[in-house]
Amino acid sequence: MTGAIYTLWLRSIKRFIRSKSRIIGSLAQPLFFLIILGFGLNSVMSLPGTGSYVKFMVPGIVSMTVMFSSIFSGIQIIWDKQFGFLKETLIAPVSRTSIMFGQTIGGATTALIQGTLTLILAMFVAGLTSFSLYGFLIAFVFMILIGLSFTALGIAIASKMEDMHGFQLIMNFLMFPLFFLSGALFPLSNAPIILKTIAHFNPLSYGVEGVRYGLLGTSEINPLLSFIVLVGFTVFIVILGGYFFKKVNA
Amino acid sequence: MGNIIEIKNLTKRFDKVLAVDNISFSVKQGEIFGFLGPNGAGKTTTLSMLATLLSPTKGKASVNGFDIEKQRDNVRHSIGMVFQDPTLDEELTAYENMDFHGRLYNVPKNERKKKIIELLQLVELDKKKNDLVKTFSGGMRRRLEIARGLLHEPKVLFLDEPTLGLDPQTRNKIWAHIKVLNKEKNVTIILTTHYMDEADKLCDRIAIIDNGKIVAINTSANLKNKIGGDIITIGTNEREKLLNILKKYKFCKSFKEHNSSLTINVEHAETRVAEIVKLADRNKITIHTLAINKPTLEDVFLYYTGKTIREEEATPEDNFKFRVRRMRR
Repeated sequence: MTGAIYTLWLRSIKRFIRSKSRIIGSLAQPLFFLIILGFGLNSVMSLPGTGSYVKFMVPGIVSMTVMFSSIFSGIQIIWDKQFGFLKETLIAPVSRTSIMFGQTIGGATTALIQGTLTLILAMFVAGLTSFSLYGFLIAFVFMILIGLSFTALGIAIASKMEDMHGFQLIMNFLMFPLFFLSGALFPLSNAPIILKTIAHFNPLSYGVEGVRYGLLGTSEINPLLSFIVLVGFTVFIVILGGYFFKKVNA
Repeated sequence: MGNIIEIKNLTKRFDKVLAVDNISFSVKQGEIFGFLGPNGAGKTTTLSMLATLLSPTKGKASVNGFDIEKQRDNVRHSIGMVFQDPTLDEELTAYENMDFHGRLYNVPKNERKKKIIELLQLVELDKKKNDLVKTFSGGMRRRLEIARGLLHEPKVLFLDEPTLGLDPQTRNKIWAHIKVLNKEKNVTIILTTHYMDEADKLCDRIAIIDNGKIVAINTSANLKNKIGGDIITIGTNEREKLLNILKKYKFCKSFKEHNSSLTINVEHAETRVAEIVKLADRNKITIHTLAINKPTLEDVFLYYTGKTIREEEATPEDNFKFRVRRMRR
């Protein structure tokens, strides 16, 4: 079981390291968001707590990077299906569950690497210089949870898809709404009640708030609550993803 | 030697299509066994069931003594599989693809490296081991997949259309590799094909499968013998006269008249040619040309199914089945 998980993880890492253009590409988007939106809106936004909008955005942008790259990694299974490689893993004498776990952990790891790179760059750009190791650890724990849960979500979706045609739909109707309605770009406390309500059903909100608590020391949702909700979501979605993946036809 | 594969009343139904219809046979240890039939005949479905990728609707089968439904992991350890479509990770190197496989099948670390190199040498890819698979040609990919399928030392290697879409030179090379592997590794090989020459050149025994049923199973030579011997084609201007004479002789099994020639089915044609020529000569019939043809598997297929393999491929019903099968994969 562990051998198979490690094997799948190793493959994800090897492919990730090899795809340098993908790494650079995935760093560019969050930085553009941060620089253009962050500095563009910095002067007109007055925020409780940190005061600086750019700083406020950093946790949101980091969470976005982790979430996007996790879902991408999970959805990669469709490529494996199309290129036939999935058959090679499915016919091996290992359980589907361990294959799914390996994919999830591998995807989460690569997402975490991208999130960390974004975090370092973003802190530099935003001039976020005061932080504690303890806070960093908290942020990391939340990034790991975002990584695991959204990779599993990607796998769950990919298990139900035949090809990449639906990808645009997922991008526009799942990934962007999740991101925009998560408190990544604006504080939820001042938002209209409808947005606020939706955001509270969005698992990413708890991720963003958790990372924000770690990096900035303030958050609108109690970090313990964020942690519990996100762990619950991760467990649920990993089980769901595993269940869907078991039914995938080779 | 004993049977490595036993199949009893194996049946697979997809909704309304009966893909495999109650087949029973066995394969001996060390054989190269071929499934010959047109697209959609049920070859791949049978293979998928034996490889535990599909569950049979009815019937039983065992591979290397393990039940394909109750002992899946044991079956999976006992077999290597090369699918019709490539199943390599193009973003990894040849070596990494092999390594991935070895790890999944629990090949111990110290053996793994040695075996990978040895197998890559066997299929002449050792010099390319650190190249990304996406730079490989179709033939190289197929060879890599065959090598990979053998890494965990399976007892049986399944090859689903091993040379589909490859050029003649590459096909010859793959055939040579298959024969060497069969001998050197003593691995039983089961392949599916719709190429007559492939089945003829490679297989010790052939099962002809059509519409999910096995219509004949035997060695290539015996299958050809069953259809009534060889074919003698005689070119002459007086074919009716010759026909009337030869009709009296028992060794001439059947006749067919063409524009300027006559074909006769004769068993052991070589031993009868002299007699036929003598008869013609005695009756002052001039023979312009004479040819003896051994029946091909094409003739065999025609004999057993009443249609050529190409006609068969074109029927809409089979195309439909083919599509259904593709959708399932």
